[in-house]
Amino acid sequence: MSKMPKWADAILIPLISILIAFFFSGVVIWAIGKDPIMAIKTMVQGAFGSTQGVGYTLYYATNFIFTGLSVAVAYHARLFNIGGEGQATLGGLGVTLVCLSVPWPHWALALPAAMIGGALFGAAWAFIPAWLQAKRGSHIVITTIMFNYIGAALVGYVILNILKVPGSMLTESARFPAGAHLPTFHEMLAPFGISFNKNAPANMSFLVAILASVAFYVLIWRTRLGYEIRAYGQSESAAKYAGINPARIVIIAMLISGALAGLMAINNVMGEAERLIDNAVEGAGFIGIAVALMGRNHPIGIFLASILFGFLYQGGAELAFWESIPRELVVVIQALVIMFTGALDNMVRVPLEKLFLAFSKKKEA
Amino acid sequence: MDYLTIIQILDSSVRLATPLLLTCLAGLFSERAGVVDIGLEGKLLIAAFLSGAAAAVTGSIWIGLLAGVAGSLAFSMIHGLASITFKGDQLISGVALNFLAAGLTVVVGQSWFQLGGRTPSLSGDGRFAPWNLPFSDAMAKIPVIGPAYDELISGHTALTYLALLAVPLSWWVLYRSRFGLRLRAVGENPSAVDTAGISVVRLRYAALVIAGVLCGLAGTYLASLAAGFVKDMSAGRGYIALAALIFAKWRPWYALWATLLFGLLEAIGNRYQSIALGDIVIPVQFMQALPYILTVIILAGFVGKAIPPRASGQSYVKER
Amino acid sequence: MSAQNEAGRQETVAPTASATAPSVPAIELRGISKAFGPVQANKDIAISVAKGSIHGIIGENGAGKSTLMSILYGFYKADSGQILINGKEVQIADSQAAIAAGIGMVFQHFKLVENFTVLENVILGAEDGGLLKPSLAKARKLLKQLSDEYELSVDPDALIEELSVGHQQRVEILKALYRQADILILDEPTGVLTPAEADHLFRILEGLKEQGKTIIMITHKLREIMEITDTVSVMRRGEMTATVKTSETSPEELAELMVGRKVLLHVDKKPATPGAPVVQIENLRVIDEQKVERLKGVSFEVRAGEIVGIAGVAGNGQTELLEVLGGYQNGTGKVVMNSQEIDLSGKHSNGQTRRARGIAHVPEDRHDEGLILEFQAWENMVFGYHHAPEYQKNALLMDNAGIKAMTQSSMDKFDVRPPNPKLEAKSFSGGNQQKIVLAREIERNPDLLLVGQPTRGVDIGAIEFIHQQIVALRDQGKAILLVSVELDEILSLSDRIIVMFDGQIMGERIPAETNEGELGLMMAGITDTKHETAGADQ
Repeated sequence: MSKMPKWADAILIPLISILIAFFFSGVVIWAIGKDPIMAIKTMVQGAFGSTQGVGYTLYYATNFIFTGLSVAVAYHARLFNIGGEGQATLGGLGVTLVCLSVPWPHWALALPAAMIGGALFGAAWAFIPAWLQAKRGSHIVITTIMFNYIGAALVGYVILNILKVPGSMLTESARFPAGAHLPTFHEMLAPFGISFNKNAPANMSFLVAILASVAFYVLIWRTRLGYEIRAYGQSESAAKYAGINPARIVIIAMLISGALAGLMAINNVMGEAERLIDNAVEGAGFIGIAVALMGRNHPIGIFLASILFGFLYQGGAELAFWESIPRELVVVIQALVIMFTGALDNMVRVPLEKLFLAFSKKKEA
Repeated sequence: MDYLTIIQILDSSVRLATPLLLTCLAGLFSERAGVVDIGLEGKLLIAAFLSGAAAAVTGSIWIGLLAGVAGSLAFSMIHGLASITFKGDQLISGVALNFLAAGLTVVVGQSWFQLGGRTPSLSGDGRFAPWNLPFSDAMAKIPVIGPAYDELISGHTALTYLALLAVPLSWWVLYRSRFGLRLRAVGENPSAVDTAGISVVRLRYAALVIAGVLCGLAGTYLASLAAGFVKDMSAGRGYIALAALIFAKWRPWYALWATLLFGLLEAIGNRYQSIALGDIVIPVQFMQALPYILTVIILAGFVGKAIPPRASGQSYVKER
Repeated sequence: MSAQNEAGRQETVAPTASATAPSVPAIELRGISKAFGPVQANKDIAISVAKGSIHGIIGENGAGKSTLMSILYGFYKADSGQILINGKEVQIADSQAAIAAGIGMVFQHFKLVENFTVLENVILGAEDGGLLKPSLAKARKLLKQLSDEYELSVDPDALIEELSVGHQQRVEILKALYRQADILILDEPTGVLTPAEADHLFRILEGLKEQGKTIIMITHKLREIMEITDTVSVMRRGEMTATVKTSETSPEELAELMVGRKVLLHVDKKPATPGAPVVQIENLRVIDEQKVERLKGVSFEVRAGEIVGIAGVAGNGQTELLEVLGGYQNGTGKVVMNSQEIDLSGKHSNGQTRRARGIAHVPEDRHDEGLILEFQAWENMVFGYHHAPEYQKNALLMDNAGIKAMTQSSMDKFDVRPPNPKLEAKSFSGGNQQKIVLAREIERNPDLLLVGQPTRGVDIGAIEFIHQQIVALRDQGKAILLVSVELDEILSLSDRIIVMFDGQIMGERIPAETNEGELGLMMAGITDTKHETAGADQ
């Protein structure tokens, strides 16, 4: 006896939750003495009003697709990976080491190598919490948080003491060789006669993120491994009965999760900065949580949620510039989205279920 | 390293342990009642901000204290609404609160003070004054004991002594009072409490109220110690307190020792930017990461196994 | 809150002999109805229980017995109807109101705090004042009195987790008495007890009755109803179908009332023609994570074309036996399957390697093991076999379309309703869920089928179907190992019966040559005089 049609569960509930979250975000804007309508206009204009805005929106969205998929793959195994921030930080280190190690002749060679570097480093940073969860029962939520801090300290040390250009005042690595430069949207679209802003950071990685989303779908819903990950996530005891090794699933799911977070670095480190700077991830790892929750751990949902958060990030930057509302407003919105689509799900669900039940009874009568 | 240095490091350990201890006890009450509270970090931060802001505006840290506690309480109630009333995921709710605090403090702070998220610095009555215990001046001259008494035991603020007092008090409440019995029971088996005719919801909210007040005190302490609020000033202390709670196996006295240990680590890290052990130099980043590394080692169970309250993290759904 | 807890002074109520039962009933329910969403759990229930009597409520799983009692205990609120205690209407909004009205309840799953002491559990919610010390002292004194009076002895300072199930149940009864309950409700109280413990419980209940307490006992076991109750009510599909004096009825009549038609107590089957041994088990031992030895050297064999039934009270090693044979519990000893030894260490084996060796397994708990409730039927139909080559499209992908088609035909064959492969497992009734599991395991044509509690929580219609399927598999020459706590099921289905107690085999019987009484004694660990090495070659 399903109480609600599927579409209501998959689309209606998240949609209502997001609207509530946005409503409260509007209240915050109003409370600090700004005009919410004006703010939305500024954000839309800033994010979609020019190819530069779109370029930034898609650049941010690319980051969030990777971290959102990362959170989602772990969540299918009922693992709450809050370590995306640290895993993406380490991914940045991996990408940097790959890019600086060889004078790359062409990006087509550099990109696959950088992807492997970023994924490996991200996965490695997820491995220890995964292993501790699988073998020692240490709570993965707290260990991954701890690894965010440890990762920041480690990469900070490596930049300062190993990668920093001697004599430079900046705490950043050397610039990547020209052959490691990823085509931006400007360069990608020019051959088709489409002009795209030259300074916008959106690049090749966006396509990689879309490919990763497709691969994610295939993995979770079409392969045996995905089947086992979902089965373990739903019921550990049933998984054991079916001959699925829980420790193996925990570790593999976290390795994939860490690798996806690490892959983000091809966008922010290789695609945009073209060098490793301190705190390069800028909270994208955490946004992944909101994106995955909002997107119901499905690649299409994650893609849409990422675009939305890309818009919020870029729009938020415009807001800071024009309206002097701090960029942290996005963090508030992110918090509200997590709260309403994640923790307060029942607040929307229960009344809606009752509504559907009353409606179906009426139809019968 | 001479005697006075050791005393100074220990003194600074106590200072740094105070907010950890209060936060850890907050988590203790919450988790003993079966509500996992990853949002301690957020409560700490919002309390620090509101107390700093109120103290800056009114010039009184005591009014700041009220504001800080109120903010932290409000966060606690949101957590209760999500995780108790609406039976939502406690971890997700906590994470959301942490982000909410991180964002709101800056957005609102900027709107109020235009200082890039900071509050104006506190001075005079805007901060807690140290309490000099009786005879500390006189005793300071006595060798060995004198400096220890004057520096280490005397001269802390009211909140430090309150935090220390909260340890035996928490123990007494948990193990000697009716409320404590019920609180522990609801964290172990809420259905036993429910069938005994006691409201699970009320008990869990009560635990969150206590947690909110304690986090409020801790946040205010931070603002007072740093003479004002700065962006992200909780700096993971909420998580460290959670780790200390696990280290302490959810017991008040152990919580005291655990937080003192973490305080000591931070004190050493603050005092020595890098430590040379023979030829090996331990970098400052390592010292900064040490509390987190230690937490992972503790969590890994290499220092004894910690068993959380059995019902913690689960919403209570009635069943036959 | 403490007003109702003056138990210390008054102790137990002055005894009133049951012979002089007053005319006002202790409990009267009128027109109680309760719906959960679209499901009508209780429909216009009326019942009246005399003071100082033991009243049984019997019915199948899901008949609405527990719901009714939960309403009486304030756990659920009835949609309509009245509750009268001692002739006066009361509103029972929550458990606290029920306790105040003198009602105590012993739930099927005990509501005890495992790492609290007995005393702490007893006073929880019934403390005197804010401090624990006086409450504990008072409870200690009263507990002593109660245990002397009713054979309810239990160490007041023991932790609950250290106590046996029987003793934990006593703590639950003590809790109710400490709160001065006059009416005691017990929900399936003997489900986890050995026959000896059950007898002890019945003596306690008789003692309570003599003191004038009113007792309601919910059960689905006819034997218990006949043994202890004065009156009995029968429930079926949320309705009260009859209330009769126990002395004026028979088990056959009650059974018919329960299911609404004549019950086929025996399964139609031809005599078995056992062939060669399919699985030979020697000295099998299992030690669990708590370092408790659950199986203490078990040896027997199952031959092709026979059903071997394992009888025993729940928790005597049967679960572990199935788990270790099914490959997800480690053990020591020797198990030879089709003359090849199988790995028991778990290093080179798991549930999947067992399946590859021809061992299929219908687990005892279909919700926690046999099915993923959130998965759709077709996904469940390959659960555990998802690595099998015929379910793969290519090296990378599973053949989802093929699996759906296969599921459709299996569902039709096993009469699963509704026959929709895309429905989530949780949307099916218990019987249809079990049919999905059974279809999955039988359709793979195993040499050995392990079946645990095949009809637990399954409606009567499905029970017959499931039994027929198991017998049909036997007739195809397959070996079947059946574990059930229902003696009726064991007796009617098995070709040989092995009785287990405390991780050991107590003996072996042929169904035609034994009866419930003898098996019951063996299940209680009374040494079998005719003990023989079970399964040894003749």
